[in-house]
Amino acid sequence: MAKYLLLKHYRGAPAPVNNVPMDQWTQDEISAHIQYMNDFADKLKDTGEFVDGQALEMAGAWVRYDGEGKPPVTDGPFAETKDLIAGWMIIDVDSYDRAIELAGELSAAPGKDGKPIHEWLEVRPFYGNPPTITE
Amino acid sequence: MDEALVRSLTPAVLGVLVRRGADFAAAEDAVQDALIEALRVWPEDPPRDPKGWLVTAAWRKFIDATRAETARKRREENTEPEPGPVSDTDDTLQLYFLCAHPKLTPSSAVALTLRAVGGLTTRQIAQAYLVPEATMAQRISRAKKTVGDVRFDQPGDVATVLRVLYLVFNEGYSGDVDLAAEAIRLTRQLSGAIDHPEVAGLLALMLLHHARRASRTAPDGSLIALADQDRAKWDTRLIAEGVEILQNALAKDRLGEFQAQAAIAALHADAPEAEETDWVQIVEWYDELTQLTDSPIVRLNRAVAVAEADGPRAGLKALAELDAELPRYTAVAAYLHERDGDEQTAARLYVEAAGKASNLAEREYLTRQAARLNRKGPPHP
Repeated sequence: MAKYLLLKHYRGAPAPVNNVPMDQWTQDEISAHIQYMNDFADKLKDTGEFVDGQALEMAGAWVRYDGEGKPPVTDGPFAETKDLIAGWMIIDVDSYDRAIELAGELSAAPGKDGKPIHEWLEVRPFYGNPPTITE
Repeated sequence: MDEALVRSLTPAVLGVLVRRGADFAAAEDAVQDALIEALRVWPEDPPRDPKGWLVTAAWRKFIDATRAETARKRREENTEPEPGPVSDTDDTLQLYFLCAHPKLTPSSAVALTLRAVGGLTTRQIAQAYLVPEATMAQRISRAKKTVGDVRFDQPGDVATVLRVLYLVFNEGYSGDVDLAAEAIRLTRQLSGAIDHPEVAGLLALMLLHHARRASRTAPDGSLIALADQDRAKWDTRLIAEGVEILQNALAKDRLGEFQAQAAIAALHADAPEAEETDWVQIVEWYDELTQLTDSPIVRLNRAVAVAEADGPRAGLKALAELDAELPRYTAVAAYLHERDGDEQTAARLYVEAAGKASNLAEREYLTRQAARLNRKGPPHP
């Protein structure tokens, strides 16, 4: 019973094995990829391990407090930003091993030529609740 | 509101349906529907016989569901089950065994126990574990499928039930249900259904820890270490009850890990001031626990007790025999080095331990310890 964030990056992760960008895939290959992602989420809903999944747009802004009575400062988007998060899935599983197993499965989503992308996913544990019994 | 009454009647009502021939999964759904209806209807129209009301409502739900299923399958014959007698046999214990069956993963056993035995709604359980209601519903439904072929009248394993109840007490967040109180209620109910010293041991352990709840966190949510807690805030009634239950269990001379853990909690509860804690006896109980469980976590806690009983050097020596990768090892090392007067090492280890903490409250607590020592120490260049 622990929650993990499976983080997908547009940029910033090491290069995947099947590293052909999506705009060079066939329509069917794109459909197969999306179908795989949807099936994966459906499977986790069915096993009772799904918490949330969201995708993010490429462009975003940075925001900063600029002092009392002033509007916040915004800046960006920065095209050169190294790390760019594409989306996430939050899972609630019984063990760390299960989280790794699921991330591995998600990373096998098909890409060019229907072959797995082997994309790198980041797995981050959520902070839990402090246990009552510690001594 | 009669929510507590509805919850306490849940296992008995479910037992009646199963004895009448309903299969467990369908009966459990029907009982859940009936208790949701009870929570809706009872405030305005309280029943004279709550259990009878629930049995009737649950049976009707079960028949409706069976009819719908029958229609769906377009069966010709009437397969509607006839209601059997309401027997006085208490199936509560069997339900505990089934819901904590070894075939279930811990999270599904917890969810199924809270619903089928605890009478909580799927929404309440989902809120308590911060997952969507649909996810929790699916987890429970799969759990019921997993135990679908388990015979209801088979004897079960008390140890697995106790592990599930321990998890309910020790984990979970905060919805509108107090999971610690629910765990105590369910363990108390179990102790009424079976005479077992470890059930009593777990109940005592829960009561003794629950007694300290008001003193464990500051108003801002930050953790307060046992030695710094305001002992006036401890619930003496719960402590007295826990100690009595523990003493009766220990008298049966069948020691187990929960009794030993409760004995340690009782020794802490017994000290009017932290300085008066009987650490020598606590070390002896940790030795018993080590024999019973051989758990590295127990050895880690034992090292702290050894330091209190025989001095920080002895504690550090006990610590040196353990795997440094253990959870909280670094936090314990930091504490023992501070006690030993090496505040610089302690501050460095507190920072390291904060980085390894598995919850925010602990991370903040450890960071504060580091900050406290860093301010005391020589000014940094």
